[in-house]
Amino acid sequence: MSIVDTVKQAVTGAVTGAMVRLTPDAPVDPLATKHGALGRSVPRVDGPLKVGGQARFAAEVPVEGLTYAALVYSTIAHGRIVTLDTAEAVAAPGVVLVMTHENAPRMAPPAIFMSNPRAAGASDLPIMQDPSIHWNGEPVALVLADTQEQADHAASLVRVSYEAAQADLSFDQARAQAHAPDSVLGEPARIAIGDAEAALAAAPYRVDLSYRTPRHSHGAIEPHAATVLWEGDKLVVHDATQMLHATQWTLAGIFGIREEDIRILSPFVGGGFGGKGLWSHQILAIAAAKLSKRPVRIALSREGVFRVAGGRTTTGQRVALGANADGTLAALIHTGVAAMTAHNNCPEQFTFPARHLYAAGSFLLEQKVADIHMLANTFMRAPGESVGTFALETALDELAEAMALDPIELRRRIEPDKDPTSGRAFSSRHLLEAYAKGAERFGWSQRPAPRSRREGEWLVGMGVATATYPYYRMPGGSARIRLTAEGAVVQMGSHEMGMGTATAQAQHAADRLGLPLERVRFEYGDTDLPPGTIAGGSSQTVSIAAALLAAHEVLVAQLLKLAGNDSPLGGLKAAEVEARDGGLHHKEDTGRGESYASILARAGRAEVVAQAEAPRPMEVMKHSMHSYGAQFCEVRVSAVTGEVRVSRFLGSFDCGRILNPQTARSQFRGGIIMGLGLALMEETEFDERTGRIMNPSLAEYHVPVHLDVPEIDVIWTDIPDPHSPLGAHGIGEIGITGVGAAVANAIHNATGRRVRELPITLDKLL
Amino acid sequence: MRFTINGQAVEASVDLRTSLLDLLRDHLHLYGTKKGCNQGACGACTVLVDGNRINSCLALAVQYQDRAVTTVEGLAGEHGLHPLQQAFIEHDGFQCGYCTPGQLCSAIGMAAEAERGVPSAVTADLSAGPVVLDHDELRERMSGNLCRCGAYNGIVEAITQTLVTGAAE
Ligand code: FES
Ligand code: FES
Repeated sequence: MSIVDTVKQAVTGAVTGAMVRLTPDAPVDPLATKHGALGRSVPRVDGPLKVGGQARFAAEVPVEGLTYAALVYSTIAHGRIVTLDTAEAVAAPGVVLVMTHENAPRMAPPAIFMSNPRAAGASDLPIMQDPSIHWNGEPVALVLADTQEQADHAASLVRVSYEAAQADLSFDQARAQAHAPDSVLGEPARIAIGDAEAALAAAPYRVDLSYRTPRHSHGAIEPHAATVLWEGDKLVVHDATQMLHATQWTLAGIFGIREEDIRILSPFVGGGFGGKGLWSHQILAIAAAKLSKRPVRIALSREGVFRVAGGRTTTGQRVALGANADGTLAALIHTGVAAMTAHNNCPEQFTFPARHLYAAGSFLLEQKVADIHMLANTFMRAPGESVGTFALETALDELAEAMALDPIELRRRIEPDKDPTSGRAFSSRHLLEAYAKGAERFGWSQRPAPRSRREGEWLVGMGVATATYPYYRMPGGSARIRLTAEGAVVQMGSHEMGMGTATAQAQHAADRLGLPLERVRFEYGDTDLPPGTIAGGSSQTVSIAAALLAAHEVLVAQLLKLAGNDSPLGGLKAAEVEARDGGLHHKEDTGRGESYASILARAGRAEVVAQAEAPRPMEVMKHSMHSYGAQFCEVRVSAVTGEVRVSRFLGSFDCGRILNPQTARSQFRGGIIMGLGLALMEETEFDERTGRIMNPSLAEYHVPVHLDVPEIDVIWTDIPDPHSPLGAHGIGEIGITGVGAAVANAIHNATGRRVRELPITLDKLL
Repeated sequence: MRFTINGQAVEASVDLRTSLLDLLRDHLHLYGTKKGCNQGACGACTVLVDGNRINSCLALAVQYQDRAVTTVEGLAGEHGLHPLQQAFIEHDGFQCGYCTPGQLCSAIGMAAEAERGVPSAVTADLSAGPVVLDHDELRERMSGNLCRCGAYNGIVEAITQTLVTGAAE
């Protein structure tokens, strides 16, 4: 079965298109519009632990008899190991084990992401099983010692010689042989509607532009780490992960053991952004723990993160727009190539925004991949959409300029009434409203003509761009509610990398159950809990919400049964009651109800436990579901040095109902700030002669620091999506989208200069 | 070796290569102080030594005997969280929380530096005495503490409210 089929099946099961259309919409979630705990700025439930230094991350679990791991990385990009001399390392003080392909236990290759709904492998390359080398930086040896200092020292004593084979390292050369991927996240790699090239050629206004975007690194401040213990045949991994249950399933396949014998815990993750998945370091640490019969801690060095945990790949894109005199689009072409490896499956879906954003008479949307000998690239905050909106939204700005139209006015003229490529109705789309609100608040009408506003050495300009990210809800998650007279605990093996999951879902549970916030708790971060879905694709909030909603239906049925006919609830059906004031009550007859404590006491029960799996995400099959935003940026560019300072920024979003304004604002801001990095400074430098990453450190891979970041204003429409649980959309990724273009467009407005290659460093402006 | 950590005398015998950061984390199990890069680039490991902020990953433990080391675990007082810790919660000055201990210790050391008149790269008058921590001064002085979650706005608000004279509401 192809990956496309697998993914489609994961979403719909055996349901056909016709059946999807005939399936009625789920009723609107009553909590979508209700104000209780939801909609309030509740401070993070884990705040005191985090500011007190008491939150325990993966490398911080105390274990008796722990050993520490250090890795040795290959120095060639392709070829094989010829000799391995480990004698000196083995003899070094404190060394417990030196593991190489010669003595590593046999392990199956990881099941690659999307080959199964629970596959987590970033690549399907075998790990330390043979002498072959596939990227510069691939681990060739792992050293275990009693202390980290001893392990690091011994790792420096391992001597390796290689025989190099021809390696494909140049993106421009590999582009010539670019090929279509099997699919782009289950979607076709090419969409053509009408004859876009002909329409472009015939259009009275056109732009036809090329863009380049570099590799990026997630740069989570917590480096990847795991603490691994074998307890007999049972494996316990304290991991930093955003895919708990998928990791469990995939490890079971690699080590040939039962899933039930693996427990993964990850209560706190020090930033993920797509990067905290299953890489070789966890697998190697587990293998080393097995060989040495000792618990192992592997905490990657910052360099190690760059060598073994992949980031965003580089792209070359073309955007060509043909416009009619009235400002409508005759042709929208967005094509290009992303660098990938022959062993992974992450084509950086940069054409996705153009599939859904604007109306046009014809479309050509196509992406290919070029195989490079490099570490597998992976998902990083808004993979595709982040760099795709850079190209699309700067091209639109150029078109608006060519047509002497305000860029916001251009977007009004190309606003579609239904999804332009799928033809489906939008579930909830208020992009123009976000633009209008944002423009007013930002003072867009004050935007100067290009290169006309100067304050001393500083040229000042404003830019705008659309932000967009799809709505995803992952199937397969289950939630459990344990209700007692004191309150409730909701349990699900989900993830908290700082998004505010535990806080928002506690708010959700409180409102769903009609309990005060202080009487509910959300437990997560452990595969012993009912299965969660991955924290990816901005899907987790609604994926958990749907499971909790389903579990709540089961709970209500159980409670009504327990209450029996002696209760004021006697004879009522589930549809006639609602949860509020610590119990169940008749929806209309306010006096008729019973508290949970009373139902439990009369039934002689200490607790009621209800668990259910979320229904399949039919809403995404029926509707075109996306989030939107308008990003407004003001920059100051030094006419002397080319230095760019972002002086003001506003994000105006349309992302359904906002559950917790304070944590939501932080998510949006965090995305925008990563977008400022993408626009102005971030680049993982790949040496095309050797395949080596040249700046594997936070000193040389620059991320925005305090002084780079102005106060970022964030507003939202807060209009619930009638088709999603809680009326909500995920918001973790949309913040980064559109930012690159908003900054680039502002720089053009300030300087008259167009830069079509990221990052926009000062050398490109001089 | 003898150390004073958060007011407590502790003894530890460690490899001379051990950094102050690894002493705290691996040997004393004070995991509040974080390791983000181990090379002085991120500030996650910031602790206070006799009131001054340092990157503990760049410090050898052996050099810090008989000095007073304060980590995030030592910031709270008898009556609960330090006001700055409380303000971080109120202003949402973190998401994942991994950079937070470093931001907290750094901010406290930073405010003391400004009070003493230590100039920064954006200080206009180098001889003016105590430095007023305006938006630029504060952000410049905190720029050694990276936050990849991008909680900078909340961090600046929390510091301003708590540690900047005259800014308290
Ligand atoms: S861990 Fe010390 S500065 Fe990064
Ligand atoms: S809160 Fe995550 S790095 Fe600052």
